[in-house]
Amino acid sequence: MNYVDSKLKVVGTRPVRPDGVEKVTGRAQFGADMRVAGMIWGKVLRSPHAHARILSIDTSKAEKLPGVKAVVTSKDFPHIANEEAFVGEGPMNFRDLSRNCLAWDKALYEGHAVAAVAATSQSICDEALRLIDVKYEVLPHVIDVEDAMQPDAPVLHDDLFTSGVKPAPDKPSNIAKKLTFQKGDIEAGFKQADVVVEGYYTTKPVHQGYIEPHACVCSYNADGQVNIWSSSQGHFMVRAYCAKLLGIDISNIRATALEIGGGFGGKTLVYLEPVAIALSKKAGRPVKMQMTREEVFRASGPTSGSTISVKFGAKKDGTIVAAQQVLKYQAGAFPGSPIGPGCMCGFAMYDIPNIDVVGYDVVSNRPKVAAYRAPGAPMSSFAVESALDDLARKLGKDPIELREQNGAHDGTKTHYGPTHQNIGFLATLKAAKQHPHYKSALKPGQGRGVACGFWFNIGGESSAGCHIAEDGTVVATSGNPDIGGSRASIGMMVAEVLGVPAEKVRTIIPDTSSIGFSFLTGGSRVTFATGMAATQAAERTVEELKKRAAMIWEISPEAVEWKDGKAYPAGSNAGAFEPLDLAALAMKAGRTGGPIGAEVSINAQGAGPGFGCHICDVEVDHETGGVKILRYTAVQDVGRAIHPSYVEGQVQGGAAQGIGWALNEEYIYDANGKMDNAGFLDYRCPVASDLPMIEAVLVEVPNPRHPFGARGVGEVPIVPPMAAVGNAIRDATGLRLTDLPMSPPHVRAALDAAAPKMAAE
Amino acid sequence: MPKVVISGSACERFTHGKTELQVTATTFRRLVRELDEKFPGLGKQVEEGMAIAIDGEIFQDAYGASFGEDSEVVLIPKIGGG
Repeated sequence: MNYVDSKLKVVGTRPVRPDGVEKVTGRAQFGADMRVAGMIWGKVLRSPHAHARILSIDTSKAEKLPGVKAVVTSKDFPHIANEEAFVGEGPMNFRDLSRNCLAWDKALYEGHAVAAVAATSQSICDEALRLIDVKYEVLPHVIDVEDAMQPDAPVLHDDLFTSGVKPAPDKPSNIAKKLTFQKGDIEAGFKQADVVVEGYYTTKPVHQGYIEPHACVCSYNADGQVNIWSSSQGHFMVRAYCAKLLGIDISNIRATALEIGGGFGGKTLVYLEPVAIALSKKAGRPVKMQMTREEVFRASGPTSGSTISVKFGAKKDGTIVAAQQVLKYQAGAFPGSPIGPGCMCGFAMYDIPNIDVVGYDVVSNRPKVAAYRAPGAPMSSFAVESALDDLARKLGKDPIELREQNGAHDGTKTHYGPTHQNIGFLATLKAAKQHPHYKSALKPGQGRGVACGFWFNIGGESSAGCHIAEDGTVVATSGNPDIGGSRASIGMMVAEVLGVPAEKVRTIIPDTSSIGFSFLTGGSRVTFATGMAATQAAERTVEELKKRAAMIWEISPEAVEWKDGKAYPAGSNAGAFEPLDLAALAMKAGRTGGPIGAEVSINAQGAGPGFGCHICDVEVDHETGGVKILRYTAVQDVGRAIHPSYVEGQVQGGAAQGIGWALNEEYIYDANGKMDNAGFLDYRCPVASDLPMIEAVLVEVPNPRHPFGARGVGEVPIVPPMAAVGNAIRDATGLRLTDLPMSPPHVRAALDAAAPKMAAE
Repeated sequence: MPKVVISGSACERFTHGKTELQVTATTFRRLVRELDEKFPGLGKQVEEGMAIAIDGEIFQDAYGASFGEDSEVVLIPKIGGG
């Protein structure tokens, strides 16, 4: 059933968040809070070198240390063949995943795990790690993506040959893959152009910056059954990856999702869980592992650094006739950067007849990248949206009007093939243009920037349930860890269908042995896909409730109507009966057929893409190079906001992360390839005092393929900020900054470099 | 016969550069089998690494996704997210 045009009582309201009390009182159980009886500790020994051959690992001294219960290296893991499978947030090569959890023959980045110990205390673990003797042959390393592509660059993998090029290379290199996307005739397009703009942009790798480090407790029981308690973006993902890496039957692993303190894509992989299971198997005790913040930075996936060249050609009237991009993304130590979506997203918002995009996936001696909100899109759009701003200036056009003139609409064919349907980009632009922020005056020295963003959004396999408790209250179940408020949104959709207040529905996340499979929590899919499953479960439950009422009244189920949480006779012909509410029907459930409820497992399709437009005002301190965000407005088509406060929070959070990416965040390496700023003091995420209140403006163009019209929300808002900030700086200073981050030293250097020219003018 | 467009360059090694194919299939499952018969290895590549966009709507891992003679059918890289 579709409720898009229905008058809704729960969906669209703002009930108190169901996880709020536990979190604000500090009682919520996150990964690091978990303890079980008999538990011991595990820690990881990490490579001090950016690139080194592991000649030998001698663990004998560590094993003899009193209190040490187990030591593992990659030799304790099964050998896995080099084969790519698409089972997670991107193409997954389980051989590489295994090598990332514990290095095989080479350490490929500083912080790469090479061995692990389990002991009765953390201090004994530390001492044992010092006793492990690893002999390395240090190799030349390479960090930067352009450097890694040079013919004389140190090669990370002897068996990596570039795919997607002709002729096929006969020598290995660091370029894993070349991708191309084309539409129309790029050369003919540029020949039609009256105006051309182009630029070369660079972005640094940045971390997802989740506040909760990776943590888990794993127990390998004597009978071969395994329990995992961890904080992740998918306990089914954790179960499947551990099973694959360790050769365990999936049915023998039970994974429980704990509260998660942020993921943003960075917890769609496993790092500690397989190691903890291997340690537990050897030790015969449950093993707890948790990363330090430093380990999170050095050894878990940031997103790619990149270089991107972009070129636009347009007619004098503003019609864009050609667009070209070359993108080079760091994948980290193993192939698999988000180059595909990077190639697809930059121009997806525009109706351009001739497009040519080339992308490269490049390995280098850095941690293997993990997904990060709208993986690949923010870097691509930083370049595209900055160049579009230059184009608007060159044409003398308003930047939003230029985007409206060329904006994608229903029927626009994208350069990656599909034709957009039911999209809200133009509605989003209109809302941005009409917002008071866009019309407000700026003071001298201030600047305003606009930029847009796109993400596909996804559906996928999801399981959810709806169960009527004995007293008529409702338990909803979801197969997905709740990262951004899905317990609230799923409970609200169930409440809406059942016709009861949101507070009457409690949503929980069962373990992997207690609910059907769900793909992980990522891609902004849970409220869409798992919410669709929950809605169907609630609808089946309503049908069952009607049958039970019919049995009590001894009439046909078709003669029963469900309204406002009660069964009514459907008209006078059905008979005169007092309505039966959930409590009344639950009380008689045993007599009418047993417990009432349903679980639904689906593979949800029809996720509607999302579009955003951000407006940013800045002031630049010419003395320090510091950029102050004065006002920030994020407009986004969200389809239908199930719980608007959470949706606004997603938009605000994505914008805040994007502003950090724009202004401060970067991995800084020394000459030996070691990260110099592996902590929040030196890796500068924005804090509350750095930002104004970010205003989220929700545009609602319903997705017709979701029962309530929902679209994914969490990816899009991180896409526009880098260009929005850069365009604002351009407006304030006259300088186009093309390298991220636009941190005070970089801004100051650019101002200094431009000073003589500006003085001459 | 429906026309299928393969987006990007990931499948060119199987199709010898062809990016547009006429097929008899009318479902994703049948398409996977037909492509594998014509270009050995392509079926697995499409099944595991590609999504199918039918008239603008993206389907992932959906054997039952169906299309007709006039449908716009595009195979695109599978989409994840963060």
